[in-house]
Amino acid sequence: MTSNGWLQIGLYLVLVALITPPIGRFMTRVFSRERTWLDPALRPIERLIYRSTGVDETHEMRWTEYAMAMLLFSLVSMLLLYAIERLQFWLPWNPRHLPGVPPELAFNTAASFTTNTNWQAYSGETTMSYLTQMAGLAYHNFTSAATGIVLAIAFIRGIAQRERDALGNFWVDLVRCILWVLLPACLVLAVALVSQGVIQNLRPYDTAALVDPATATTTDGAGRTQTQVVRTQVIAQGPVASQEAIKELGTNGGGFFNANSADPFENPTPLTNYLEMLAIFALGSGLTWTLGDMTGSRAHGWAVWAAMAFLFLAGVTTVYWAEAHGNPLLTAAGADQHVTALCPGGNMEGKEVRFGIADSALFATVTTDASCGAVNSMHDSFTPIGGMVPLVNIMLGEVIFGGVGSGLYGMLIFVILSVFIAGLMVGRTPEYLGKKIQAYDVKMAMLYVLIFPLVILTLAAISVLWPFGTSSLANAGPHGLSEILYAFTSTAGNNGSAFAGLNANTPWYNLALGMTMLIGRFLMIIPMLAIAGSLGRKKRVPPSPGTFPVTTPLFAALLVSVVLIVGALTFFPALSLGPIVEHLLMLKGQVF
Amino acid sequence: MAHAQTRSIWDPQIVRTAVTDALRKLHPRTMAHNPVMFVVEAGSVLTTLALVRDAIAGRPGLGFEVQITFWLWLTVLFANFAEAMAEGRGKAQADTLRKTRTETVASRLLPDGRTETVPAARLRKDDLVFVKAGEFIPADGEIVEGVASVDESAITGESAPVIRESGGDRSAVTGGTRVLSDWIKVRVTSDPGHTFLDRMIALVEGAERQKTPNEIALNILLAGLTIVFLLAVVTLQPFAIYSGAPQSVFVLVSLLVCLIPTTIGGLLSAIGIAGMDRLVQRNVLAMSGRAVEAAGDVHTLLLDKTGTITLGNRQASEFVPLPGVTERDLADAAQLSSLADETPEGRSIVVLAKERYGIRGRDLADQHAVFVPFTAQTRMSGVDIGGREIRKGAPDAIRRYVETGGGATTPELQAIIERIARSGGTPLLVAERGRALGVVHLKDIVKGGIRERFAQLRAMGIRTVMITGDNPLTAASIAKEAGVDDFLAEATPEHKMALIRHEQGDGKLVAMTGDGTNDAPALAQADVGVAMNSGTQAAKEAGNMVDLDSTPTKLIDIVEIGKQLLMTRGALTTFSIANDVAKYFAIIPAMFAGAFPVLMALNIMHLQTPESAILSAVIFNAVIIVALVPLALRGVAYRAMSAEALLRRNLLIYGAGGIVLPFIGIKLIDMVITTLHLA
Repeated sequence: MTSNGWLQIGLYLVLVALITPPIGRFMTRVFSRERTWLDPALRPIERLIYRSTGVDETHEMRWTEYAMAMLLFSLVSMLLLYAIERLQFWLPWNPRHLPGVPPELAFNTAASFTTNTNWQAYSGETTMSYLTQMAGLAYHNFTSAATGIVLAIAFIRGIAQRERDALGNFWVDLVRCILWVLLPACLVLAVALVSQGVIQNLRPYDTAALVDPATATTTDGAGRTQTQVVRTQVIAQGPVASQEAIKELGTNGGGFFNANSADPFENPTPLTNYLEMLAIFALGSGLTWTLGDMTGSRAHGWAVWAAMAFLFLAGVTTVYWAEAHGNPLLTAAGADQHVTALCPGGNMEGKEVRFGIADSALFATVTTDASCGAVNSMHDSFTPIGGMVPLVNIMLGEVIFGGVGSGLYGMLIFVILSVFIAGLMVGRTPEYLGKKIQAYDVKMAMLYVLIFPLVILTLAAISVLWPFGTSSLANAGPHGLSEILYAFTSTAGNNGSAFAGLNANTPWYNLALGMTMLIGRFLMIIPMLAIAGSLGRKKRVPPSPGTFPVTTPLFAALLVSVVLIVGALTFFPALSLGPIVEHLLMLKGQVF
Repeated sequence: MAHAQTRSIWDPQIVRTAVTDALRKLHPRTMAHNPVMFVVEAGSVLTTLALVRDAIAGRPGLGFEVQITFWLWLTVLFANFAEAMAEGRGKAQADTLRKTRTETVASRLLPDGRTETVPAARLRKDDLVFVKAGEFIPADGEIVEGVASVDESAITGESAPVIRESGGDRSAVTGGTRVLSDWIKVRVTSDPGHTFLDRMIALVEGAERQKTPNEIALNILLAGLTIVFLLAVVTLQPFAIYSGAPQSVFVLVSLLVCLIPTTIGGLLSAIGIAGMDRLVQRNVLAMSGRAVEAAGDVHTLLLDKTGTITLGNRQASEFVPLPGVTERDLADAAQLSSLADETPEGRSIVVLAKERYGIRGRDLADQHAVFVPFTAQTRMSGVDIGGREIRKGAPDAIRRYVETGGGATTPELQAIIERIARSGGTPLLVAERGRALGVVHLKDIVKGGIRERFAQLRAMGIRTVMITGDNPLTAASIAKEAGVDDFLAEATPEHKMALIRHEQGDGKLVAMTGDGTNDAPALAQADVGVAMNSGTQAAKEAGNMVDLDSTPTKLIDIVEIGKQLLMTRGALTTFSIANDVAKYFAIIPAMFAGAFPVLMALNIMHLQTPESAILSAVIFNAVIIVALVPLALRGVAYRAMSAEALLRRNLLIYGAGGIVLPFIGIKLIDMVITTLHLA
């Protein structure tokens, strides 16, 4: 570990804290329909959209209507994407003449992008045409991110509301989120990325002659080996920068290329790397300020932010420590893992040299804290503990800043549980910002908490028992278990990052993981919105010295403990057979 | 009834009954009310079946399995025992109550004026009965005619008889109490089986106990956690099979039972019953558990000034003479005029004069004194003695008296009167013939310690509002002295009602006490309405609690009991969940020690063998339920402080303590087990 590494990690958190208030304040204004400096340009477009679609912008929706509108919108969007994927061969902007995507993969991908997961069971450059990437995938990158954000806003409105079940208008929120928040932010970020060398074109793929021709040996189906001298390389092209910006800002994470943010055309320099990491937390962090703003308790917004920041720091410290220490077996074998002027030291397997240990550890933590899933290094190649942190980050429910919107409402469910469990200890029936937490709210919160491990553990358990699950594994033993656990955790948490090592492009995994993503998103949203509706209908009890404090460091600490304890208690047995035992075996000299 | 008498928690008689009740509660239908313990029972049945299967198959060395099964059943029994203990205390009180309920006969008045003798059980609502000295009142009712002294000790435990009379606020009588003198005619207000006594018995027995809203919510949380852990344990088996380390049903059930929140699950209903019981011990009957919870949530306390904040009556505190009169002369005159005055104010003047100037009371009869009583017309009282004519009374009455006697009031007098009124006191003028002598300062005496009590309430976020019929000036001064947050002066029942509505409109919960019929609407409107037992039937029906002692200060106790109940629930929930951390560290390495010896690195407690580790965790899990029974029944220590401070304190004790304690407990049990060679 180097002071430079710590400096970069520290500076990152400081920058996140600094951009939180302006972003949060801007979102408050956008969703409270107050005037912003973008209004002169965007109001006419907004009005035009409502006029042409017949949306009544003054109509307020109850939670059920809000949920129905959201589900309907997502369903239609998902079917549309499925159709584009299947039909891409006949559609324009397909210079490589890529064939239609097979049904299970098309379903999996449609589910993946609709749910803001961006789990990719394919390589972008060899599967998806430019049209599919832009009209299909990029469209979803915007809408699924916007859906998450507006759901969080609806939840906040539920808390702030007094005796009204009116969470706003889904269509209006969606339009304003895309027009005011996502598009302008992406435009700025995309230009910044292009300035650093991220490509943005619609050209056919380049072919370049190799300076140093290589010999490749391939084995065909019949077992015959063929040796071939490779003299040229195909270099994939495409409209990358625009996709890249929303990939991070919307915590989507689906790379244009298979190598994702490790690819030089997606993430060429340390600066773009830093910008991309900031973009991942930007909106999720900003929403904590919006929470404080709209509920009239800025301190509460910061308390939630602090809990998230603490969990983030704990995670990044662990990964950095584990990766910088590297693999003791390599040291034993005589490899030098020390930091020198020319060598980053530690475990560099699966990491880009231009990012090194600290920025790879930071990126891995950030992308799994937020349910982004973009990667600039291969988590599968991390040390057992280093690889466990991303897994644990997702298992905690993607609430450490989390997916845009979903991270906040997920954390607020934990806030409600914390308030309920510990709130009684102040001698009052539990209340959250003046709203009493009663049986119905607890029921819905528990449902929300239950669905997540239910889908992960059940499907992972099925996958380890039968060959259709285990045959996809590249590694045996505990590492294989980690790979399967990671796949279901990543999809249920709508993260989308892959641990690699697991061939997920099989009928079982495409279908099972596709269902996991849909359940992990939509089934959990319904109880969440039900709580918002229920809270909205309640009276707001004025605060007093006897009120359970939700603004103090003590509360932030309590929230952290509840998140950790609920997550740990649920997944500890499974983790102990995966990464924990793997780590202990590694110390004893056994690897997988 | 038990009254203030407190039973030891481990009263042998209650414990004996509780043990048999614990076994009876094993019935699955009873267990199903408690999802957490139901799962434990199902797990116990499962291990028992597995044990029988293994025994039939002749598997040798089942010592570990037998012990696990034994302790799992014990876990269920311990939880049942906790509940039975709490119920037992209530039952014991109900039995005492039942003994006082004697089968009485009643003299029912017929429309033609004759009476007939009927068993009390045959009385119906609106029947009229005649009760004379020495007889038991056969049913709850309102006195329509007569006045009598009644022994209500059966209900209140207070042996001094109380006066009950028709009309006004003291007309309610309770079935089972005894008329000591005179006679009354009573209109019956409740059908048999629905009398106050019946309701009391049902309440303390817990027969009518329904889960309170917060208890239901907590049960949902516990059931949800149980399902999460069920899921974690059930899916662990496939992962274990994959890893080549399949687990026995004994180990899996042990893990499950240790993880699910059995501590709070086993004690939850005991906590609720004990909360009601604590109220009963302070002679308060809550008509529903909901009211007790609401008491913990109260934001605003409406307190009657008289009796709660001040001692019942005003007392003389100062003699202020006019120029030309000595203080001693004034005191002497005031005392003379008060010697025959039996009102508390009058008595306090006599006492003050004696204390300050050593003027002793004199026998008026010797001096041919004529006592002039207070009348509504003159609005003054006094004495004619040895040619002197001394009067005392309200300022305007005395002023008129002085002017008729040819004298005049001076500006000095006016100044004194105003000063006393401004300071919250009541001026009482003393005059002799045509001359005003001075003023007696009558003062409301604020109860000792009440100011500190209000400060504590304020720290807990509870606002106190003093309700008084006094004028705003007086009220403000007393409010300031007593340290209440606000006051309602010249209060009428309508004002009271408006104040409650206003507070509730802001989302606040309001508690109040009341006794009169005109208090009934406000009592019904308040979230916690405590009716005085001495009050009218209407008031008692409207409130959701009855204070058998009729002491208005009780309201503060009730709030504290409500808070303590909620705190106990929260503390044990937190404790229960925090416990799981240690149990994981005990059980997980033990489970997989065979397949992955490296996992013993997680065995940070250094438990001897895998069997002893699992057994120790299960035993700790069972024993902690019994160990916490006293805490559940007594409630966690209550301190008046801000929510932030309370939370910090309780999180430290029950959260951090809940994490640390099982590490120590399991280690100790492991040492005992291995010393005894049990595993």
